[in-house]
Amino acid sequence: MKAPVSWIRELVDLPAEVTTEVLTDRLTALGLKLEGIHAAGAEIRGPLVIGKVLTKEPEPQKNGKTINWCSVDVGDANGTGEPQGIVCGAHNFEPGDLVVVILPGGALPGGFEISARKTYGHVSAGMICSVRELGIGDDHDGILVLPPDAGAPGDDVFGLLGLDEEVIEFEINPDRAYALSLRGVAREAALGFGVPYADPAVRELPAPDGKAWEVVVDDPAGCPVFAARLVSGFDPAAPTPDVIKQRIEQAGMRSISLAVDITNYVMLELGQPIHGYDADKVAGALGVRRAHEGETLTTLDDTVRTLASEDLVITDDSGPIGLAGVMGGATTEMSATTTRILVEAAHWDAVSMFRTGRRHKLTSEAGKRNERGVDPLLPGIAADRVVELLVEHGGATAEPGYTLVGSAPQRSSITIATDLPARLSGIEISAMTTVENLRAIGATVTEREAGTIEVLPPTWRPDLNDPYDLVEEVVRIVGYDQVPSVLPRRATGRGLTRTQRLRRRVGRTLAGAGLVEVVSFPFVGEATFDKLGLVADDPLRTTVGLANPLSSEEPAYTTTLLPGLLEAAGRNLGRGAPGVALFETGTVAFPADNGPAPIYGVHTRPSVAELEKLDEALPLQPQHLAVVLAGERRRTGWWGAGSDAAWSDALAVVRRLAGELGVTIEVASANRMPWHPGRCAVVSIAGVQVGHAGELHPTVCRAYGLPARSAAVELDLDALMAAATDVAPGPSFSTMPLAKEDVALVVDAAVTVAAVEAALREGAGDLLETVRLFDVYTGEQIGAGKKSLAFALRFRAPDRTLTEAETGAARDAAVARAAELTGAVQR
Amino acid sequence: MSGPNTDYDPVEVAAVSPAELEAARDAALAAIAAAADLEQLKAVRTEHAGDRSALALANREIGALPPQARKEAGQRVGQARGAVSKALTARQEVLEAEHEARILVEEAVDVTLPTDAEPVGARHPLTTGAELIADIFVAMGWEVAEGPVIEAEWLNFDALNLGPDHPARTMQDTFWTEPADHHVVLRTHTSPVQARTMLTRTPPIYVVCPGRVFRTDEYDATHSPMFHQVEGLAIDEGISMAHLKGTLDHFASQMFGEGITTRFRPSYFPFTEPSAEVDLVCFVCRGVDSDQCRTCRGEGWIEWGGCGIVNPRVLQACGVDSERYSGFAFGMGIDRTLMFRHGLEDLRTLFEGDVRFTTAFGSEL
Ligand SMILES: [Zn+2]
Repeated sequence: MKAPVSWIRELVDLPAEVTTEVLTDRLTALGLKLEGIHAAGAEIRGPLVIGKVLTKEPEPQKNGKTINWCSVDVGDANGTGEPQGIVCGAHNFEPGDLVVVILPGGALPGGFEISARKTYGHVSAGMICSVRELGIGDDHDGILVLPPDAGAPGDDVFGLLGLDEEVIEFEINPDRAYALSLRGVAREAALGFGVPYADPAVRELPAPDGKAWEVVVDDPAGCPVFAARLVSGFDPAAPTPDVIKQRIEQAGMRSISLAVDITNYVMLELGQPIHGYDADKVAGALGVRRAHEGETLTTLDDTVRTLASEDLVITDDSGPIGLAGVMGGATTEMSATTTRILVEAAHWDAVSMFRTGRRHKLTSEAGKRNERGVDPLLPGIAADRVVELLVEHGGATAEPGYTLVGSAPQRSSITIATDLPARLSGIEISAMTTVENLRAIGATVTEREAGTIEVLPPTWRPDLNDPYDLVEEVVRIVGYDQVPSVLPRRATGRGLTRTQRLRRRVGRTLAGAGLVEVVSFPFVGEATFDKLGLVADDPLRTTVGLANPLSSEEPAYTTTLLPGLLEAAGRNLGRGAPGVALFETGTVAFPADNGPAPIYGVHTRPSVAELEKLDEALPLQPQHLAVVLAGERRRTGWWGAGSDAAWSDALAVVRRLAGELGVTIEVASANRMPWHPGRCAVVSIAGVQVGHAGELHPTVCRAYGLPARSAAVELDLDALMAAATDVAPGPSFSTMPLAKEDVALVVDAAVTVAAVEAALREGAGDLLETVRLFDVYTGEQIGAGKKSLAFALRFRAPDRTLTEAETGAARDAAVARAAELTGAVQR
Repeated sequence: MSGPNTDYDPVEVAAVSPAELEAARDAALAAIAAAADLEQLKAVRTEHAGDRSALALANREIGALPPQARKEAGQRVGQARGAVSKALTARQEVLEAEHEARILVEEAVDVTLPTDAEPVGARHPLTTGAELIADIFVAMGWEVAEGPVIEAEWLNFDALNLGPDHPARTMQDTFWTEPADHHVVLRTHTSPVQARTMLTRTPPIYVVCPGRVFRTDEYDATHSPMFHQVEGLAIDEGISMAHLKGTLDHFASQMFGEGITTRFRPSYFPFTEPSAEVDLVCFVCRGVDSDQCRTCRGEGWIEWGGCGIVNPRVLQACGVDSERYSGFAFGMGIDRTLMFRHGLEDLRTLFEGDVRFTTAFGSEL
């Protein structure tokens, strides 16, 4: 909402010392938030004066153009009193005309500095301005010619053109729709400074007699009030007075014609949208009804609209002639020949207005007000005001008759305890202040039993329905700055939950392992899964789709965190990083396919069973953890050669995390895209798969621009955290001496280390403390298809020093079991 | 080697004669003193105190003396050997100390050599930022509540007094999952977590809800289809705007520094009534000479979020007795908060995954 300051001041008697800034500060404190203060001439620097054209010599140029060499009287504004020589390209003026001249040293909007400059063989000392150059209109028709009585040559024109007029732009919240009018803004200003306010909506109206035009309202719920008036003898050529034109433009609307301008002016003034019809084009009675499904209407913007049965329309004998409250129709539009005007001002159901606006993607100044709620007492008043202005400025005659169908819906009053504002705000607010402030916003307050009042909100405040709504009104006038600062003292929480603490631990562990956290968008498409090399029926391709994705390429919520991480890894390497190690934790989603989520009422709490239904309809949304390791993992330096990320680094991350959380994991080889088929591990907890880790498939590395051998992990973080140890049992260990035995076992290349290790463990018995693989050898010495595994076995007894014989026997038993189970042969 | 010989006169046994002993001792002591390093000292030890040394020989000869002479000879030999042994030990200590001192000098390294073999990791500022906020509230006795990112329409809108015709419910603002008539959305705020908390717990309730939210905004320097919010909810007897102000002032000073407070401006949110916008004293200029301040652009205040008293309609939908309890709620963007706290120019840097961005926050608590 843009409100010219002079218009506000016309409606409310603000003290002279209240500057625009003081005014906007006060209004912001009351809830009309300042967006900005604009002045049309803010970018213009004078001297900008009236000039009288003395001579105008057309001079044809070689380029085919004709310029005018003019001498212009600018009074004493140029310091000499001599006529000013100015070259002008426009032709729409004659000697004797008064024009607007900017002199050298001045500047026009857009940083256009004016100086005396040589052009077309003359020194042009300034410029004769058009409205466009002044930034006050779009008129292309040439320079601005002032009325003969505009003033004397040399007079400053800032005031004359309204260039010094400040316009305040407010951001109007949905509950303050009344402030989409000067009536509302001025009311707030009066409230803010405690000064008298003359409500422009207070008018003497004729008694309704139904004789202005016949109106039939079929849908009183959609249209509770409909007012119509008629004027004749209107002069369609009559110009719009400057003040109306200026104010409309300052409010951000375009001046179109006197009749249209007047309806817009009154809408800005009072907040009531008004429509004018060319009465000669209206056939028969006006009707209001819901549209028939599929009916069409050509609106004022020359768009043919197919109507829905919810749309409210205005009809005449020909059918729909307007989309009620939103936009008029083309067939009855006022034109350059209109002399009889039928004025309509109606109160519409806000929800219908909102829906129609959305359905037809129409945002109009009228619709904006109608869908937020307009004072239902305004239709007759606004129509009368329009008639008054049409008569005053358009030479029209008001026809007798005033049609008013329906009446303002009854409001119910609100009972409120007088201490509620004090209790909810924490400010000391007396009962008297509560009553006074509610009266100040226009409410009717009746005292009931002790401590209780009954409040009938003013007609222009459809938003006030509950006691708490009234509290806001009382408190904003007292001032939000009066709210004291007091900490509540009753919170007795139990700290972070187990999951929250574990999630922090996971993040810290991974960062400690040299991984950098990434946050990426969860949107994916088929191309994303293609890039990962997933087969057509891969379960990860079954996604939760978005009905309105931002990009049709990525129309679904992701089932894997890897795509975002892989993109980020490629980005880092592309920007010159020698290597990158990234992790992300986040939600992935899998469809539940349990049907729609119910919509319940809001007057009572849904039952437990009903709440469960809501959750059942939601997709499964586990938290995942993913890691990508690409390029240099350990640096090369003076200490020796570093190394690049490999499949084993991915598993190292998994094991480190499992160790940190006290989770026992099992690892087995697997074949799963996007991993390398021979270098992928499936990770399980107690036999249940929780994810994969290993080297990425070469095609995936190439697709994301990552070096070969890059590695990745994706785990179900929920499952991992669920398995985390809550209470670690205290360990018991022996302090007796350690006995060491190393063994080298030759096995077939296909035998896994885990299998050999398990066999050794099993065979070694209780005396074995640890077993650890410390070397793997393949080569000629042991033959093709074989490998030699070197294990360090460590033995210890709880109660005694082991003898060589005991240790040797345990070692031999371990080797024997390994031979039995894995075919191992000791070297 | 001689066995015991009772006929020998001790003085006639040359090796144990006082003069010989003295000479051997002095020669040993001189050699010890002259030993320049541990190597030489080792040779000296062998020569003068070893099995074949004169003193060792003398010691062995004692046994060959007549019993009456053994005691005196034994004393003499013992004294000489003792003096040599003591001198050896002392010299050994001196030379070892010298040796170690020299080694330590030789082993000196350039301590300015780099040691960055291992990669450096970091958590994302959105994570640590949310944790910082959570910690501020947990320290006040609040709890941290969470809920699903993909949420039921009823919980995201209806329960929060955003009626069926609220503009936010259109396709223009909210991501709907398919099929759209299944009433499931990507949550547009973390408020459904508040609703879930009220629906499943009884007051008093003090929870803070950080989380990821979605709106159909085109991605640019200041907008993102995914961003992060933190909302707070307190439901208790006698809760007022004063408690809201107190809580936000505390939050602001913990987050931005001592003395940073908030101010309220009337506003509108369906969830709250009365509602307010929260501004923060600019933590850079503190409202002094704001004209030059880039953070608040001359305002002296920074728009931080929205808040208010929980609308009784919301309490009603969530089964809270609005006659007995009142509550306050607030919400702000974590991303935005981080942007002005750290002077970030472009929101997109948060989501690009450039490690140089994230590791810069490694020093954050
Ligand atoms: Zn500042």
